[in-house]
Amino acid sequence: MSVFRKLSPDACRLPKPERSLARVSDGTSLWKDAWNRLKQNRLALVSLWMIVGVVLFCFLGPIVLRTSYVEQILENTLLSPSAAYPFGTDDLGRDQLIRVMVGGRVSLGVGIVATLVSLLIGVVYGASAAFWGGKVDSVMMRIVDVLYGLPFTIFVILLMTIFERSILLLFMVIGAVEWLTMARIVRGQVLSIRRQEYIEAAVALGLSKRRILIRHIIPNVLGVVIVYATLTVPNVMLLESFLSFLGLGVQPPMPSWGSLIKLGADNIQEYTYLLLIPAGFFSLTLFSLNFLGDGLRDALDPQSSRD
Amino acid sequence: MGSLLEVNNLTTSFYTRNGCVRAVNDVSFNLRKGETLGIVGESGSGKSVTCYSLMGLIPQPPGKIEGGEALFDGVDLLRCGAKALRRIRGKRMSMIFQDPMTSLNPYLKVSTQIMEPLRIHEQLSKKEALSRGIEALESVGISEASKRIHCYPHEFSGGMRQRVMIAMALITHPELLIADEPTTALDVTVQAQILELIRARQRAEGSAVIIVTHDLGVVAGMCDRINVMYAGKIVETGTAEDVFDRPIHPYTVALQRSIPSLGIKGKPLYTIPGLPPDLSVPIAGDAFALREGLTNGGQWLETPPPMKALSATHWVRECDVVLPELEALNDVR
Repeated sequence: MSVFRKLSPDACRLPKPERSLARVSDGTSLWKDAWNRLKQNRLALVSLWMIVGVVLFCFLGPIVLRTSYVEQILENTLLSPSAAYPFGTDDLGRDQLIRVMVGGRVSLGVGIVATLVSLLIGVVYGASAAFWGGKVDSVMMRIVDVLYGLPFTIFVILLMTIFERSILLLFMVIGAVEWLTMARIVRGQVLSIRRQEYIEAAVALGLSKRRILIRHIIPNVLGVVIVYATLTVPNVMLLESFLSFLGLGVQPPMPSWGSLIKLGADNIQEYTYLLLIPAGFFSLTLFSLNFLGDGLRDALDPQSSRD
Repeated sequence: MGSLLEVNNLTTSFYTRNGCVRAVNDVSFNLRKGETLGIVGESGSGKSVTCYSLMGLIPQPPGKIEGGEALFDGVDLLRCGAKALRRIRGKRMSMIFQDPMTSLNPYLKVSTQIMEPLRIHEQLSKKEALSRGIEALESVGISEASKRIHCYPHEFSGGMRQRVMIAMALITHPELLIADEPTTALDVTVQAQILELIRARQRAEGSAVIIVTHDLGVVAGMCDRINVMYAGKIVETGTAEDVFDRPIHPYTVALQRSIPSLGIKGKPLYTIPGLPPDLSVPIAGDAFALREGLTNGGQWLETPPPMKALSATHWVRECDVVLPELEALNDVR
């Protein structure tokens, strides 16, 4: 009956160490791989540099120029672009260049901070809901559904009229709305990752639930989160400019790209430059962020590209 | 030697939309220190669920451990609570999974993952844990371990990943290693190496091993004792000699006949007719008799067949099923 003894002693000698011809290099993480793929995507790379350029322009510009964005020189109102005023001046004789810079600082700032706020709340909330599962999950996600149902514009107008209009409130309001989608996305991801075998293996190694969540699940969700965050920034900026356009956002004399565009739109007939310049910056930034987001998505998830 | 693991009347069910599936039904066995136990059976016979129940990996719900006990060195794994179980899992008993391609976290370096059990169970410093990790990788035959440990899982081949899993499972010197089909996902040339590696490491560490497989050839060479499972129940148990040289239960005999071998040429390979029964329907009598195309005497249609002892080590479940084709095959041999 020894036919069944497939493992005869010499059929399997002690395993020899596997030798590979390739040199063992330092490990290439999936992040590094993704970065290499992103570098192949010219559009995304140009967008990245564009964003870096705009950020530097808006944040370093005011430090270099040292002019004031509130100073009104009334004999210089509504000047066309010239050597002294490259972007011209506005209806109160303020230097449009510095106002575009400061406005960009506000718009980008709102975009980034509100996205970070939504990221933090959304990731923690979504991950916990999915990880604890069951009833906890149901209750948490129903709360999200209810909040989703609130009409956003009315919600913001209410808050802005009840409380003092401040830039901090603006951050909070936008962040409070944007985290909902993030929470849903993260929850979906965690639900699928939780069933992966390496999570089971981690449980079998005796890791605590919290450690598994932080060390094994969150890093795996980050790719999706980063992509979504890059696409949230332009959303938030659009939202902020929309509110500023309605006069509910940043309060004068503080400019934002939204309020600058509003001023330009009011004077579109005679002083087109007042509209074109901030609108140009705004569109450029939005386009770049969207292209970068798309590029990141392709880089981080090679399967979904080319669709 | 004393008993390391004693499983008594373990019953695990899954409550699904189609009703309650009794995946493991009244399973009892024990394992002595340093011993190797093989659990064999077809897909869906409850082999893996038995192991998952012991490791506390049954998702609840839909799964539920209905009853029984699993005494690991006196501690009941099924009831000891999450905290006590965590101290045992990964330290005193660990597990190797079926698919090495998916059981390592793709975003973390191998070093991070291999050091994790040491960091949480033995509170070692990073430096000590790293050197232990490198040692462990070397012991499973990975060359240039001190460099390779800093690589990511996707930079390893399937066989090497399974070696990493073995190194990881054995790094805390567990007393019990559960290997759930450790070679199924690997190609044939690597299978023998991995099995031999498990055996060599077992000898070096003195741990007990439970090896789950549907390949009788795998267990033949390495197990001291074998449990044959069918439809969530053990149908035959004994030493490797008992089960291989003197198989009694028709299912065991049929399983053996369905191993391809070099002995008989020109004959079609024997396959067991029919499919395993649907476990969501309660089975009153002998589950094996329910397979299509089998003739049976009908004695165990209504009442569950009991186990009977053939010798001190060899137990078999009563069964009247006759496998017609097997008779013919026996004549040929």
